[in-house]
Amino acid sequence: MVHWSAEEKQLITSVWAKVNVEECGAEALARLLIVYPWTQRFFSDFGNLSSPTAIIGNPKVRAHGKKVLTSFGEAIKNLDNLKGTYSKLSELHCDKLHVDPENFRLLGDILVIVLASHLGRDFTPVCQFAWQKLMGVVAHALAHKYH
Amino acid sequence: MVLSAADKSNVKGVFAKIGGQAEEYGADALERMFVTYPQTKTYFPHFDLGKGSAQVKGHGKKVAAALVEAVNNIDDLAGALSKLSDLHAQKLRVDPVNFKLLGQCFLVVVATRNPSLLTPEVHASLDKFLCAVGTVLTAKYR
Repeated sequence: MVHWSAEEKQLITSVWAKVNVEECGAEALARLLIVYPWTQRFFSDFGNLSSPTAIIGNPKVRAHGKKVLTSFGEAIKNLDNLKGTYSKLSELHCDKLHVDPENFRLLGDILVIVLASHLGRDFTPVCQFAWQKLMGVVAHALAHKYH
Repeated sequence: MVLSAADKSNVKGVFAKIGGQAEEYGADALERMFVTYPQTKTYFPHFDLGKGSAQVKGHGKKVAAALVEAVNNIDDLAGALSKLSDLHAQKLRVDPVNFKLLGQCFLVVVATRNPSLLTPEVHASLDKFLCAVGTVLTAKYR
């Protein structure tokens, strides 16, 4: 089980309090599809992904980004049981969605950059440490039920 | 992975905007890397890695200068970084995975200091560029 220090938990929750889930989620997913275009393979039914402008304006991308980030909110409330929290989602990503777990790592890195751009200097090195740790643990939990 | 004309233009634009602050960005990125990914400290047992370390600042300046040199010779990264590539292969032997970590931290620094500069398109180009630099630096490893 992952150990979270009191400081790490505080850094995570204090940053999260400043996050606009809909905006950041949409931006993170859009950037994932733009920066790592091969990730578009999972979204062939999302319509127009032909350019960065199309991706950013795509309502399905926005909606799905919001969904993904909303689930992060759940993770943050359950830092001491991420495997349990993500058990069903893990099965879904393996059995139905067939997503290579490497993609969770890519999205995690993108999300950190989005948070950094919104928080500026408030996103201190120790903040980044806590959040990259969280991204790693979430990715691990989402991959945990893969077989 | 090939840098398109647009990528090159985006990357040059970033470094033109950063200008003389490149050294600070380099130092910032290194500091973040040591804090965010503590395992990277294993390559610097001879450094004082405490906050505000002059050695880290100095090394960040070196890293930034190399990136600037790379940007100024973006059409021939292998040529521009050849000596550094030899150094990393023969002497430093930093595991290739760590270049991605430093790259991530550099992007975070740009995001924190100049978020409007890091549009999604520029983000993509800069990420590609940093990957290309890492690839060149590890190209002669074996």
